Amino acid sequence: MPPRDRAVLHRTPVPWWLPVPAVVGGLFVVVPVLAMVGRVDWSSFVALVTSPASTTALGLSLGTAAAATGVAFVLGYPLAVLFARSTSRWVGVLRALVLLPLVLPPVVGGLALLAAFGRLGVLGAFLDEHGLRIAFTTTAVVMAQVFVSMPFLVSSIEGSLRTGGDRAERIAATLGAGPTRTFLTVTTPRVLPGITAGLVLCGARALGEFGATLTFAGSLQGVTRTLPLEVYLQREVDPDTAVALALVLVVVALVVIGTTTLRTRPVVA
Amino acid sequence: MTAAVDGLSAHVVVPARGVDVRLTIGADECVALVGPNGAGKSTVVEALAGLLRTRDTSVVLAGRDLTAVPTHRRRVGLVAQRPDLFAHRTVAGNVAFGPRATGASGRRARDRAAAALAAVGASGLADRAPGTLSGGQAQRVAVARALATDPALLLLDEPTTALDVDARAEVRDALRTARTGRPTLLVTHDPLEAVALADRIVVLERGRVVEDGPTDVVLRRPRTPFSASFSGLVLVPGTATATGIAPDGGGELVSAAHGVPPGRPVVAALHPTAARIGRDGAGLARVVTAVEPRDGLVRVRAGDLVADVTVATAASLGLGAGVPVRIGVDPEEVSVYEPTEPAGGPAEPAGAPT
Repeated sequence: MPPRDRAVLHRTPVPWWLPVPAVVGGLFVVVPVLAMVGRVDWSSFVALVTSPASTTALGLSLGTAAAATGVAFVLGYPLAVLFARSTSRWVGVLRALVLLPLVLPPVVGGLALLAAFGRLGVLGAFLDEHGLRIAFTTTAVVMAQVFVSMPFLVSSIEGSLRTGGDRAERIAATLGAGPTRTFLTVTTPRVLPGITAGLVLCGARALGEFGATLTFAGSLQGVTRTLPLEVYLQREVDPDTAVALALVLVVVALVVIGTTTLRTRPVVA
Repeated sequence: MTAAVDGLSAHVVVPARGVDVRLTIGADECVALVGPNGAGKSTVVEALAGLLRTRDTSVVLAGRDLTAVPTHRRRVGLVAQRPDLFAHRTVAGNVAFGPRATGASGRRARDRAAAALAAVGASGLADRAPGTLSGGQAQRVAVARALATDPALLLLDEPTTALDVDARAEVRDALRTARTGRPTLLVTHDPLEAVALADRIVVLERGRVVEDGPTDVVLRRPRTPFSASFSGLVLVPGTATATGIAPDGGGELVSAAHGVPPGRPVVAALHPTAARIGRDGAGLARVVTAVEPRDGLVRVRAGDLVADVTVATAASLGLGAGVPVRIGVDPEEVSVYEPTEPAGGPAEPAGAPT
């Protein structure tokens, strides 16, 4: 709950015209979503959403997005720490490269993954020789999601690490805590809000991944066809199903964002 | 280098910051490190803690060469200007952090935390969250946190600078407990704190030690302009006479206590409030160079002399730049001595006390 006495706080006045573009901007996002909800055929909604194709796609989506978020955290958190701590001037270049997927079209990311891990790819050929095929498997779905979503996690956590400075870490060192203990028991609790925000952004991005998945993993039902792919496919043959599934995605996204914002609200002001 | 067996012996060399400082601290000695901003005080603290390491710095503590030892194995306690308590732990959790990190069991760590909190009079705060503490309370907890690890060297980097006057007294009591029985380095801007805690004062200017002596000597007979201003005194350079000093600016000041043979270069230390000022009569003839407000008084600068007078006096005398005045000082208030004293010079720091 926001504090009751918020109204008595002095607020910096905003220009009188400012609410106009602000409201237009808000409506621009909200109206299409509401319009889509209006198109939902509620009489067949449950049947459409619980059809085998839909539940399989939803399950695959949630499973792969969770796995991708986990992998992105395990790999991305250390990356963020190195970026935040390093004083080397090459870190800027490295950061730009690692954050590239933020600005890259996902299809291009998919092509890049194919070039590396496809059957004829640099690493893919080697793995193929040892009986490991990645492209067009569920693993490929997770990899595509990690590729596009990890930068969100890295930049979110790095920002959190930088704003806090390193005074707590220095104190911990004088108290006898080695780097590992300091990392786990001082740094991590300190940047927890940043980690949570990063996980949410990363998970949401993974859940909505489409372009890289389609390119690198294809669209095999039950194996690589996640919910966004299913929605895209159904749009062609059965618009009602597409809209119903889209609504499911919206609800899942709202639940994820809702629970985490409630949780990250500070207990003590 | 030869180390004091029980204390600290360090040579801090940080070329990037122009710092080259040799420092020894006895086993149960507290040294106040003072100096103007940017003199390198915090650099020395960081180097001793191992937070800053350079090629030529060496640190020997209790006979143990710490030069290549990382911070977390040095057993060096640090209390800085801000308490920097871990926000996600209770007060007791903060204080138990050090013992836990150095391998104590949970139960043992809690016992040591309780003992450390009791030592600084903060037992009642054990279950509080750091965010609910006052500035003085938080800093006392920070002292307890550093104490709980039983550090072999205690570094206090302006521990009361950020606090109000009442909280300073409260924290100073905790610091007095903390410094007992271990070499302690106290960085401070507060002469009261130096008097309360330090056995010796080392003055740092532009990365070098310019003065080093027992607290009362440095405060009473400062030899550098900074240490003089640190204890509120003004140094007047001149030549010794039979009865006092002939300042370089002309005239003569009589001193009740002096034993320097005439003709030697000396300084006279005097407090600006002891200087009497008039438009004519006895005293040294000077011309006012500047008049500035100072703590409810008016500080009158006249060449090499400085006098603090009340606003009313300044007004009735019509003091302002360019006004000729006479300045006299009671002989009891003038202390004349040679600027370089024979004993305890910075070149040969005092060894560990027996």
